[in-house]
Amino acid sequence: MSDESKKAPYIVPIGPNHPALKEPVMFTFEMEGEMVRDVDFAPGQAHRGIEWMGMRRNPVQIVHLTDRICGICGVSHTFAFARAVEQIAGIEVPERADYIRTIIAEFERIQSHLLWAGVAAHELGFDSLLHLTWRVREQSMDVIENLTGNRVNYGIVQVGGVRRDIVPEQHQVIEDCLTTYEGLLGKLLNLFLDDKTITMRCRDCGVLSKKEALELCTVGPTARASGVNVDLRQDYPYAAYGDLDVKAILPDQHLGETHGDVYDRIVVRLLEVGQSCGIIRQCLSEMPPGPVTAEEKLAKLLAVCKKATGEAIGRVEAPRGECFHYVRMDGKEAPHTWKVKASSYSNLMSWIPMLRGEQIADIPIIVASIDPCLSCTDRVAVIRRGEKSILTKEDLHRLSVGKTRRLQR
Amino acid sequence: MKFLPLFPELLRQILREPATNRFPAKYLPRTVTGFLKAVGEGKATIVPPVPTPPNFRGKITYKIDCCIGCGLCAKVCPAHAIELIPGTKQIRIWVGQCIFCSQCTGICPKGGLSMSDEFLLADENRYSENLIVE
Repeated sequence: MSDESKKAPYIVPIGPNHPALKEPVMFTFEMEGEMVRDVDFAPGQAHRGIEWMGMRRNPVQIVHLTDRICGICGVSHTFAFARAVEQIAGIEVPERADYIRTIIAEFERIQSHLLWAGVAAHELGFDSLLHLTWRVREQSMDVIENLTGNRVNYGIVQVGGVRRDIVPEQHQVIEDCLTTYEGLLGKLLNLFLDDKTITMRCRDCGVLSKKEALELCTVGPTARASGVNVDLRQDYPYAAYGDLDVKAILPDQHLGETHGDVYDRIVVRLLEVGQSCGIIRQCLSEMPPGPVTAEEKLAKLLAVCKKATGEAIGRVEAPRGECFHYVRMDGKEAPHTWKVKASSYSNLMSWIPMLRGEQIADIPIIVASIDPCLSCTDRVAVIRRGEKSILTKEDLHRLSVGKTRRLQR
Repeated sequence: MKFLPLFPELLRQILREPATNRFPAKYLPRTVTGFLKAVGEGKATIVPPVPTPPNFRGKITYKIDCCIGCGLCAKVCPAHAIELIPGTKQIRIWVGQCIFCSQCTGICPKGGLSMSDEFLLADENRYSENLIVE
């Protein structure tokens, strides 16, 4: 065994496309036997140039583009973008529209978390649980379709409000769905948390300590599972959340202790399904009557947006964490700058401490445990003369300074 | 800790009807086109799709008589699916490009655009007659 390349650590590349990964990302594992010694990853394989497309369209068109940034958090991106544009243009959103936005956002959280629970079960090889979770998820999709007209790209949020009202006949549909989920929640908690297989695979696997979670600025359920008390709905209430009673869900509320492992992430997400049901119920009972949009005539809305100048950020707690949109408009039809920071962008770095020291068979569940959404995340791909190049920190700093100067002009 | 809490649920599942709607037929036909031909001739029956929800946004319909060619619809279309035909006061809609957002139907001052319930639009040719509305 004199050959240097055959000595440990072995380099195992996984990706950019791999059956164990739901979306393209390139992993390089340094293995020592079965154990992951170190890991590096390269996202940027799913870049679609959405911001470029947005900077050639007016805000009324962009809200439909933002729907398509992510297939799961369809309303969060639109919501964040609309909030940014409303701040720039000084549009006051009617109270009823705020409540409807909240209801749709919470339904989205329910379906996203159930989808994730199914994927997590699938990654463990527990496919019967995947099919069960996805069957019960279908009811929330049906309600979303009833409320918005679409199952996935809802197209309900428009700058200044929402495009559809919730009529009294739909209250019963929503009520039925909430009752079903509240009845199911105990069963789902039992199926996921009392199962010996899931406990053995997930307990103390992929641990992210509270310190690491804070250092890496993780957001959403990933941070909460490590015991970090962050939730945009509680810390910086937007839409109707200020009137509602929302408290971040932490694993120690249910189990009495925080491990920060994959199991805790399951606990947080399943409990949030129940919390969302409560929020929707509260919204339905407190929803005030009134208009659902500040400006019904789209042509007038376009004129208002065209006159607007300034910059603003819109932040929304998406199912995966904080979703952040920066918009700058300078009196033209299209925004001057539009920057999207999806929640997975903040969470991806937590893969490295989670995966270090784990076994190769645990990689899929740990990778899936932060609910990564790479098509949301990928905003940059540098290709010059047909070759992908890597930017160093100094290059990025230079580009960043240059961009700030351009914006200040 | 229970050992396999899902097991009773799985046993119950054996006796239940499948959750999915078996569209277009209960079992996969040998050829879908052959099956559809048989349906057309009345030799076979089709399992209907799930009914559409209220205010469904399907294939667009266009009333050419009341169009004034203002071009507002083309201005708000996020997918650039609407084209103003030069020299006339009419539009052409490329349904293959349409994202079914229904924004044009809201802005049309004459109410000439609306969304139908039709959604089975799959076609191998994006320029086929079925996918161009004018």
